[in-house]
Amino acid sequence: MVTTIDQPSTRTTRHRETNNRRLRRLMHLNWFGGAAGWIWLAIVVVPLYWIVVTSFKQQSEYFTHNPFALPSAPTLDNYKLVIQSDFLRYFLNSTVVALGTTVPAVGISFMAAYAIIRGAGSRFLAGTSGLFLMGLAIPLQATVIPVYLIIIKLQLYDSLIAIILPSIAFAIPLSVLVLSNFIRDVPKELFESMRMDGADEWQMLWRLAFPLTRPALVTVAIFNGLTVWNGFLLPLILTQSPDKRTLPLALWTFQGQYSVNVPAVLASVVLTTLPILLLYAIGRRQLLSGLTAGFSK
Amino acid sequence: MTYVAPPLAPADPKAVGSGRSGPVAWMALPALVMFVLFGVVPLVGVLLLSFTQWDGLGTIHPAGFSSWRSVLSDPGLLHALFVTFLIMFLSWAVQTPLAMLMGVFLAGRQRYRAVFAVIFFVPLLLSSAAIAITYKALLDPNFGLGPGLHLGILTQDWLGKPYLALGVVIFVVSWQFIPFHALIYQGGVMQIPASIFEAAEIDGAGTIRQFFSITLPQLKYTIITSSTLMVVGSLTFFDLIFVLTAGGPGDATRVLALDMYKRGFQANLMGPASVIAVILVLVGLGLALLLRRIGGSTTDSQLEGV
Repeated sequence: MVTTIDQPSTRTTRHRETNNRRLRRLMHLNWFGGAAGWIWLAIVVVPLYWIVVTSFKQQSEYFTHNPFALPSAPTLDNYKLVIQSDFLRYFLNSTVVALGTTVPAVGISFMAAYAIIRGAGSRFLAGTSGLFLMGLAIPLQATVIPVYLIIIKLQLYDSLIAIILPSIAFAIPLSVLVLSNFIRDVPKELFESMRMDGADEWQMLWRLAFPLTRPALVTVAIFNGLTVWNGFLLPLILTQSPDKRTLPLALWTFQGQYSVNVPAVLASVVLTTLPILLLYAIGRRQLLSGLTAGFSK
Repeated sequence: MTYVAPPLAPADPKAVGSGRSGPVAWMALPALVMFVLFGVVPLVGVLLLSFTQWDGLGTIHPAGFSSWRSVLSDPGLLHALFVTFLIMFLSWAVQTPLAMLMGVFLAGRQRYRAVFAVIFFVPLLLSSAAIAITYKALLDPNFGLGPGLHLGILTQDWLGKPYLALGVVIFVVSWQFIPFHALIYQGGVMQIPASIFEAAEIDGAGTIRQFFSITLPQLKYTIITSSTLMVVGSLTFFDLIFVLTAGGPGDATRVLALDMYKRGFQANLMGPASVIAVILVLVGLGLALLLRRIGGSTTDSQLEGV
């Protein structure tokens, strides 16, 4: 299965001519789509602009002036208040949870995907992959009550590891599916020749499959990292102390505390989104393909 | 889940060698153990818990069908199901045509498209909590955008009236997810071979005819993929609704997932909450199977060999 990652380049070279002609055929519809696109862009931009502009305003100015005007006296007080409210700790918690989930989840999913492709024909592996497929069709959020019970029984309640463990499990089905589609594309001859040279499966996994599927691994890692970074339900039910909060949860409590101080609330929104926006600026294409990992083809 | 991919070549069992499946099988174990422990066991567990009585802290007592009886006779369940399906349907109906239009647009080759795309996809990066908090502030009848701009039409008690709140939820869902689905449609449109359009052109088909006779049927699997994700995904709109309306006003936006949370973690009735969870799983599975059936046999074959 080819992914979105390498599509744009091959497409432009191969279909440049035909694409242009086809585009003319689609012109009318495209015109309509373009209008809808621009209107939608405005709908997207207005709240985003408002968030950023307001986050630099003083509370008094927010209430008395045009909400879309630039701040007359830009202030960083809102950001100071947010940082003083322990957001650095929440930021660290979110980082620990995101990395602690993504690295092991992608690692074990990669191994499982490799085994499922290389060991095709084994009943055990067919059953395993069937189980993961089933996991895709089930809203896993519905299992949070027993997850909560298990975490209590493991005496992990109110710790970051309590969020990490179920997050890893929830990430496995889609990761295995996407990664196995990529490992399947690795030519069998390469495995054969490595085997001739005396390599075992573990070496082939790391020296052959790993480098060849690296873009897919990055994509899957980004998808999982973003999902966990933005996750709300698991931190909500599996932790309770303020010092275990992750960012979305901290946002919610901060908003409850300072609901009247709209500029401060919006500054907290900006601060929690900043790391992802930076990532987006660095690798937009990779991030977008990560978001649609396995869906758009 | 359905896929738009062309049928994959089935793995050749001889080439891979069933005799050598032993040495690799262990590599699947860590993922299998994690998934069984925190995925499969909870799935079975939620069914078992639905036959018990538990306050979330103390001991768990078997309680037979009492939770099921109380939930099934509670008009709140029907209401939660109704709200869930209403939000599912309306958000699908709003998102699909818009996402399709924009997907077609994004698949084009306009020069300004790159600039457009940078901003267009930003909502995908924000957490539901951040989006809900933003809209809550934006729509506030006293401190929000409406009073700030002195616009009467924007100065409504958006989250205080049942139908307005429902509309806001659907709007915010669309705001958050249309870019994602537009991305899927973009991929689908780019896969339609240009030769089909050329042939239709020679046969004298007009633009509108081409859209309905070629583009739309060719997008069939894209539509099914996107719809499946929308429909099954709408069952898990927990964080957005929880932060935005907390199910209110009253229980106007109390969807199943929220109903489960409130019964379980706020009212400390884990038994009835587990019943809701079981219903949620059944609804999700039922919808996924239904959409796969609509997708037809090609979709099934695409899932083989995974």
